[in-house]
Amino acid sequence: MVAQNIFFYVIAAVMAFSAIRVVTVKNVVHAAMYLVLVLAGVAAQYILLASEFLAATQVLIYVGAIVVLVLFGVMLTRAKLGQDVNLTNDYWYVGAFTAVILFALLATSLLDQFGDEPLDQANAETQLVGNTEQVSDAIFGAYVVPFEAVSVLLLAALVGAIVLARKD
Amino acid sequence: MDDLMLNQFLLLSAILFSAGVYGVLAKRNAVIVLMSIELILNAVNINLVAFGAHNGTIVGSVFALFVIAVAAAEVGVGLAIVLLIYRNRKSVDLDEVAQMKG
Repeated sequence: MVAQNIFFYVIAAVMAFSAIRVVTVKNVVHAAMYLVLVLAGVAAQYILLASEFLAATQVLIYVGAIVVLVLFGVMLTRAKLGQDVNLTNDYWYVGAFTAVILFALLATSLLDQFGDEPLDQANAETQLVGNTEQVSDAIFGAYVVPFEAVSVLLLAALVGAIVLARKD
Repeated sequence: MDDLMLNQFLLLSAILFSAGVYGVLAKRNAVIVLMSIELILNAVNINLVAFGAHNGTIVGSVFALFVIAVAAAEVGVGLAIVLLIYRNRKSVDLDEVAQMKG
């Protein structure tokens, strides 16, 4: 349990630093690289939460697909590679103020509400069966209709993206 | 400080969420705004999975999977729109995209 805590705090420190760097760094490509660190850290947190299927999905879809897509976006919009430009608009201090107030509100209300409740991982079912079987049972059992709806949504988004980005 | 606490995950997710909100509000590059939206969605996913583990149910993970799928669709369409803006205006600066300003 102590080892889990050490892992959590190391990964959380890297994630918090990288998340703040994503929105403060002056280079679009560096921001994408910091985003990779954050997304990989999220996958590691899923493993700490005993959701190994979700961790694999996170690595495949986010780190594998979405970051590549974002890098293609950076390349195709000719952001000057390796060059620092001013990426922040004139009202950045309003955004910073909002983000700080939001974090303070969230942190105080979370600490107030959940204090020091332990994360209950002693669930016997989770330990015995394994997370992947449970997820597949839920998706193809109780949640099969939303699952099919998400498939149609993905198809629609795919067709829409091709129609939008096609040249002519 | 022996067991993992629920609050650890919720506070980490609050940090990611706030960073994402700052990025959406303060950045003028459309691609970075899309990255910030990914940060926000990942913060929500951590919350879903943490509460799922807290309550001993799998539903949190299932919803997080749906959020990942919707995020993939969102970033695909979003980048297509950004590409169109770039083709029409030779720039992805969101401050310059103001034709609909009153």
